[in-house]
Amino acid sequence: MLFKLSLSNIRKSMKDYAVYFFTLILGVALFYIFNAIDSQTAMLSISSDTREIVKLLCDVLSAVSVFVAFVLGFLVIYASRFLMKRRNKEFALYLLLGMGKRKVSLILFFETLLIGLISLVVGLLCGVGLSQLTSLFVANMFDADMEQYRFVFSGEACSKTILYFAIIYVVVILFNTFVINKCRLIDLLQGSRKSERIKLKNPIVCMIVFAVSAVLLGAAYYRVAYCFYDIDTSYEFLMYIALGCVGTFLFFWSLSGLLFWVIHTVKSVYYKGLNSFVYRQMSSRINTNVLSMTIICLMLFVTICVLTVGIDVRNSMNRNLKELAPADLNIQKAMPGTIVTDANGYSAEEINEAGYSIWDVYLQNGYGLESDLKEYADVKMYETEELTFYDTISGYIDEIEANITFLQGYYPETIMKISDYNKVAEIYGKDTYQLDENQYIIIADYENIIKIRNIGLSRNETINVYGKELSPKYKECKNGFVVMAGNHINTGIIVVPDEIVDESTCTQEFLVANYKADTKEAIEEIETKIDSIAEGKFKILSVNTKTDIKEASVGLGAIFAFIGLYIGLVFLISGAAILALKELSESADNVERYKVLKKLGADESQINSSILKQTFLFFVFPLFLAIVHSVFGIKFSNMLFDFIGTGAVISSILTTGAILLLIYGGYFVITYISCKNMIKE
Amino acid sequence: MNSETILKIQQIEKYYGNRSSLTKAIDDISFEVNKGEFVAIMGASGSGKTTLLNCISTIDKVTSGHIYVGDAEVTKLRGNALNKFRREQLGFIFQDFNLLDTLTAYENIALALSIQNVSSSLIDSAVKKVSQQLDITEVLDKYPYQMSGGQKQRVASARAIITNPKLILADEPTGALDSRSAKLLLERFSALNREIKATILMVTHDSFTASYAGRVLFIKDGKVFNEIVRGDDSRKEFFDKIIDVVSLLGGDLTDAL
Repeated sequence: MLFKLSLSNIRKSMKDYAVYFFTLILGVALFYIFNAIDSQTAMLSISSDTREIVKLLCDVLSAVSVFVAFVLGFLVIYASRFLMKRRNKEFALYLLLGMGKRKVSLILFFETLLIGLISLVVGLLCGVGLSQLTSLFVANMFDADMEQYRFVFSGEACSKTILYFAIIYVVVILFNTFVINKCRLIDLLQGSRKSERIKLKNPIVCMIVFAVSAVLLGAAYYRVAYCFYDIDTSYEFLMYIALGCVGTFLFFWSLSGLLFWVIHTVKSVYYKGLNSFVYRQMSSRINTNVLSMTIICLMLFVTICVLTVGIDVRNSMNRNLKELAPADLNIQKAMPGTIVTDANGYSAEEINEAGYSIWDVYLQNGYGLESDLKEYADVKMYETEELTFYDTISGYIDEIEANITFLQGYYPETIMKISDYNKVAEIYGKDTYQLDENQYIIIADYENIIKIRNIGLSRNETINVYGKELSPKYKECKNGFVVMAGNHINTGIIVVPDEIVDESTCTQEFLVANYKADTKEAIEEIETKIDSIAEGKFKILSVNTKTDIKEASVGLGAIFAFIGLYIGLVFLISGAAILALKELSESADNVERYKVLKKLGADESQINSSILKQTFLFFVFPLFLAIVHSVFGIKFSNMLFDFIGTGAVISSILTTGAILLLIYGGYFVITYISCKNMIKE
Repeated sequence: MNSETILKIQQIEKYYGNRSSLTKAIDDISFEVNKGEFVAIMGASGSGKTTLLNCISTIDKVTSGHIYVGDAEVTKLRGNALNKFRREQLGFIFQDFNLLDTLTAYENIALALSIQNVSSSLIDSAVKKVSQQLDITEVLDKYPYQMSGGQKQRVASARAIITNPKLILADEPTGALDSRSAKLLLERFSALNREIKATILMVTHDSFTASYAGRVLFIKDGKVFNEIVRGDDSRKEFFDKIIDVVSLLGGDLTDAL
């Protein structure tokens, strides 16, 4: 009989709380999908280095999963607590019929068990189905070939999902038992009878609080988005986050009073149709849900930022790759002299080897590197204590002092001969330049430094190096780089006329090359040879290949994108689910009010539009503020990830918007339909 | 204790609130109910009548005093003894029925017995019997949302009496019913009282409802104000007597006529 009760209760809640089940299923499915990536990628033909990155990705995702499990756990407990509250009367009746608290707990236990089993089974089925698509996604991301399509089921992810959710459900059961044991019969019976007290807020106080919240938010926005370089401690940054949270809370606290003031002044709107009813419903709802509105708004904010930035980082990574790794191979070798001395801890052998050219180092180890290369540029880089970054910008250092706290200014600038630079540029397919004897050019691609350097260049600031005074040929930095990297991190190379350079200041020999080989296998063979010789000489030689950069940057992009998607989706689902549950439960309370409206002659379409308006506004308010937050949040993260070259965010914003529309909109539609049905009955 | 006494209430008090604002919901009430009696408790809103019923039914706890049902002192019951007491000695009828909407009428009635682990064959005959007494055989397979208010209340009453409780407690049983359904229900109550000697304690603010009882207690400001017994009067005569006391009491009770 107890079991039958549980069963019929579930059947009923299936109908009323479709949203709850939907959320559980979605949560389980997501959890499985992101933990099954390991197995999903096992069939892809990817290099061993990429495999490492995928492994790192999986490790990171499994760490994030713990956090996600906490979020989902809180959501499930919150939702079940919420559904329990609605059943107070039912529990009171069981107790009055003499059932005993242990038996009531047992009914709840069966229910949780059944709900858990159903959601796990359905969620895992959905997860296994959808995760077949992730292998396509990953393959596309890592540019890997899918040898053959294979249906993959990850036993590990499955058991992990079951374990984590089993823990969550056990906590729920303990929690329910605790609540049942603590409750008092009289409270259970009268809980629903307590008529809602309507707290009226003073409109003037509301206006003041609203103004305060606007000021707090404005200050936080301004500091975070426009004074990025002034923020020098993470405490300060945390303070702005706290400021934003408080501002958000006050915003929702004052919102209803403010709206009343606005709407009430326009009597023709206020007394039109059911508007007065809709407004009163809305305001009481916002008033009683200030804290949850705040939390939901902040969750949506995190969702939007994390999704947009994650997707953007991935897109930029792939976009940058062609531009940032235009040649197959970079080898850097330190030169003897200022850098390589025994004082810096180099062995006699290393100092000796530093004296050879790159070619000789390889030849001595039995590999004729040159024979495998189609074209190459073998150039030198120089550094001198005479010219540090501070020296270059000394003419206007006062103006940018505030922005420069995070820079180490005392490192020597990298100097290259114009002829050497042109050789490299030709292989990279970039512009070459000509210089007069007293001119210099700065080549850079790191936006934040370019801004600083351009101030000087535009004013014709001269530099003194090797006893000469040079003036800039161009009014701004020229875009480019010499050392290939996954991101835009070239802070500046000073290119000067060949004749003035003092050979004794040479710190590096640098080789840029393309292979003769063009098949994947042949390239891998060459790179194995190059790497194996360089391996023991890492202090002297550093090898950087297009393959390395590609794998590293795609890997980094993939990690960002996956974590962004994972956290973003979980937060989105949690926020939307809480909103939906609140709206639904309150609709259940409102059934009586709608009955009155019907008796007063309101027709179905009027009532439906009133429900639609309420649900819509309830969903839109937190989203609206979250979007405003995100405008500044994304601006901030763009600066944070500037070195990656993010910035073309339109496509990632569109993707985020689509995801948001699909899931948040989906929750909205389900909620609206359920509310309508609830009231129709 | 008189063997005929089912319910004995001794000097109970119930206070709400804190030191600064103390409300005496029940202020020293004592009375007894004998086996087979049909007693109504009347009073205006806020007079303490529902609090009194809640204390008797173990929903609420008294601040001081004693309540005996049979030989058991209910104020001292805890845990399983309390569950057993509720299961076997009491039957409840609420103003808003409190039926489980996931169960059919039959299942709602049967629930009271199945909680006591009665075998299903016994349950079946008991449900059939009680549903005939309350004239609800034709709605047994329906769900609460398919029934009228009067039918729901009779199903709830069936659930309350099926365990043969010592005492049936009814809180405004006609409060949510139209006058015809109310009359039907009250006639059933009288019949149950006459035929199976069910002891009924009913709280109401409605004089018409109260006139079906054999004795009416009037409560005002947490105290017993008056008590009248029907004796050999017809229901109509008894009703007039109740009206007299109500007008003596004054206040809102007259509104409810």
